[in-house]
Amino acid sequence: MLAAIAAGGAVGALARQLVAEALPTAPGAFPWGTFLVNVSGCLLIGALMAVLGLLPAHHRLVRPFLGVGVLGGFTTFSTYAVQSHALVTSGHPLVALAYLGGTVLAALLAVVGGAILVRRLAAPWHRPGELRV
Amino acid sequence: MTLLMIALGAAVGAPARYLTDRAVQSRHESVMPWGTLSVNVIGSLILGALTGAGAAVSPGVVALIGTGFCGALTTYSTFSFETWRLVEEECYAAAVANVMVSVAAALAAVAIGYAASSALTG
Repeated sequence: MLAAIAAGGAVGALARQLVAEALPTAPGAFPWGTFLVNVSGCLLIGALMAVLGLLPAHHRLVRPFLGVGVLGGFTTFSTYAVQSHALVTSGHPLVALAYLGGTVLAALLAVVGGAILVRRLAAPWHRPGELRV
Repeated sequence: MTLLMIALGAAVGAPARYLTDRAVQSRHESVMPWGTLSVNVIGSLILGALTGAGAAVSPGVVALIGTGFCGALTTYSTFSFETWRLVEEECYAAAVANVMVSVAAALAAVAIGYAASSALTG
């Protein structure tokens, strides 16, 4: 169990680093790289939990590896907080506010969106009476 | 080399998040996800301290402890998912409180860590 979480966490963190390198943030600018990482990770956790809800017989390591490990390691709260702090202390409080609030809202919508997407896609295979979410 | 340090740090950070969450969640009965809040605040404190130390910390340590360990110890996906679960369960006040307390406490932790380590490393 812990090994699956550790392996997943390493995979997720490396993926986060690749996005950070592809989308570097200039000082004072909106941190789009971390925003994208956190929002896409939330879309995927919403989708994953919906899939697991539709498949009660899934392998017991799927959630520790993909959910706790990969997506938990991919998304980050510490970088989000440090970037917001840096925006405030460097004289960009409005960008910090937009980043703080924008990530919270987009991330919540992404969780819901991911779940809705999976339920829509799965609908042809699951009659409503069979849904166990 | 940087990627190896990140992977190593994350391989410790992610299980540490799981174990901390389990330990914290087993010690209270409220609907608030205190476990995730704890790891997010602790990780923010450490990353704030690391950032405040500036050039006194080598890039390898930043990759290992910052990007790897702190990045994997903290999580946005679980934070959002648990907040959404509170909304679904109609615990609206708890959902709002979880967002407000998480963001405020993490920012305060960064500020404290940053100030302390930049004072120490001069």
